[in-house]
Amino acid sequence: MTLLLGLPSKGRLMEKSFDWFGKAGLRFEREGSNREYAFQTNGLRGVQPVLLSAGEIPRELAAGRIHLGVTGSDMVRERIPDWPSTVEDVTGMGFGRADLVLAVPGCWIDVDSLDDLDAVAASFRAKHGFRLRIATKYHRLVREFLRDFGVANYQLMDSQGATEGVVKNGTAECVADITSTGETLRANHLKVLSDGLIHSSQATLFRSRTADWTTAKSVLEVLAARLGLPV
Amino acid sequence: MQDRTRVRAEAERLTALFEETGAVPFRTSILQPAETLLDLYGEDIRARAYVTRDPSAGEMMLRPDFTAPLVQAHLAGRGGITRYTYVGEVFRMQDGGGSGRPIEYLQVGLELFPTDDPAAAEAEVFATISRALQGLNLRAAMGDIGLLQAAVSGLSTSPARRAALLRHLWRPRRFRALLERFSGRTDTLEHRVKLLKKLETASVSDVMAEAAPMIGIRSGAEIENRITALKQDAQTPPISPEEVALIDDLLAIQAAPADALERLRDLAVDMPAIEPAVACVSARFAALDALDIDVSAALFEGSYGRTSLEYYDGFVFGFYAENRPDLSPVATGGRYDALTRALGQEVAAVGGVIRPALVLEVQG
Repeated sequence: MTLLLGLPSKGRLMEKSFDWFGKAGLRFEREGSNREYAFQTNGLRGVQPVLLSAGEIPRELAAGRIHLGVTGSDMVRERIPDWPSTVEDVTGMGFGRADLVLAVPGCWIDVDSLDDLDAVAASFRAKHGFRLRIATKYHRLVREFLRDFGVANYQLMDSQGATEGVVKNGTAECVADITSTGETLRANHLKVLSDGLIHSSQATLFRSRTADWTTAKSVLEVLAARLGLPV
Repeated sequence: MQDRTRVRAEAERLTALFEETGAVPFRTSILQPAETLLDLYGEDIRARAYVTRDPSAGEMMLRPDFTAPLVQAHLAGRGGITRYTYVGEVFRMQDGGGSGRPIEYLQVGLELFPTDDPAAAEAEVFATISRALQGLNLRAAMGDIGLLQAAVSGLSTSPARRAALLRHLWRPRRFRALLERFSGRTDTLEHRVKLLKKLETASVSDVMAEAAPMIGIRSGAEIENRITALKQDAQTPPISPEEVALIDDLLAIQAAPADALERLRDLAVDMPAIEPAVACVSARFAALDALDIDVSAALFEGSYGRTSLEYYDGFVFGFYAENRPDLSPVATGGRYDALTRALGQEVAAVGGVIRPALVLEVQG
């Protein structure tokens, strides 16, 4: 009777996750001399925390190797194909908020919306002979967002860090990046499109649909009651 | 799970039928250069094709279809050959997940590059595929993207607006949004109105300097050009409700081919721009008739092929198992001159593919 709970293994996301569960009277403590964490049970037996990097939690949830997991809602959407078929969004946790947005150079005074971007992408390709480059690490989210609107004639450039600098360096024309205040984007002379919000992300508790719930279900019910969640 | 041997045998049966028409076998690599396909289909193809990387050749794709390499080979060839057939695996990533659709399957194709009578070639491809699938009790659906293309080209509006609509023929939602705005049914974009107002009293370079420093390779001249285009667009009167209604009527057609042709002729009275395209439809039906192909049970749809068949810019068709809506079409095809144009030289091109595994699946 064990419910495996995937939690971010470091940084603010870890601390805030601990706090969040702590408010429901669930506490984590190191067990013995090793680096493992365990719940202080408070009558709640059977919950086993599994500390993982936030980026690995979507994969573990989709594979059913953990029952519950805390990670950014952007991570799940980016990393799991057709995510609602394998994981369920249990609740937003109110922290780790960040927006994935599409931004263009501030000097593009003729561009404010996706409609503009689409028109500019077409003429950019005709003029420069290659498709307008958008730097991002969120390939799936950006591609689906642009496909839904109907923007064509662009290409995604993989950028795993310092994405906001690529336009200045001449390696891309636009960026799709995570921001909480937009300050870094502005400092790099970029502006967010008025309809360029791709996803509003926050730390979220997800439930795996593929995990074996036969014995974990009763643990989930107790946990959900403690957390005031409708599961 | 189907027996691969049976699928292969069915593929051979279909290949033999295609070869009987005089088609020359075409072969190409499974690994195709990604660049060509990305240029043609854009970033979206990454969600549908497997991309891999070779240290020296760069990004490669597991063949998502035969058409692009075949057209390239045809255009590079010395001519003479006007009909090809091919058989082989194609690979389709199912990024949606959970669809259960195959990621690798055999395709048997027939592609014609007619030098004279394209209507006869269209009819021949349809007829050959139709005969190959005889007895399967499939429903044929057909359409013609050339009708919509002609209708848009004939709209009384600016060339820029017509070009924007033509660019999105294959993206119905975007096409609709543009049409709504160009016809004044949705508001002009607010920021655009504000910008143009501001530019009445300030120069483009001043507004740019005020906004942010220049970065990136899109030049100030390009931005100025777009502003000129925006100013012109603001002066363009809306497309009339009557013209929009005609486009809507065209897209709404769903009828047996003979009835559809009647409606198209009616529409052409108010939309003379589509007359040549309607004549093509009529010539195609006559050519099918000459081949003794009865299409009276088929469905002609005004918007058929708009979502799945980019670069198909004329006749489009598919064969469906009506009692198996879960299956992809058993065969699809059409006219794709736009693809040959995108690959360097416009020639008439028409073709179709059959999926042998689906033939067996429908046979049960």
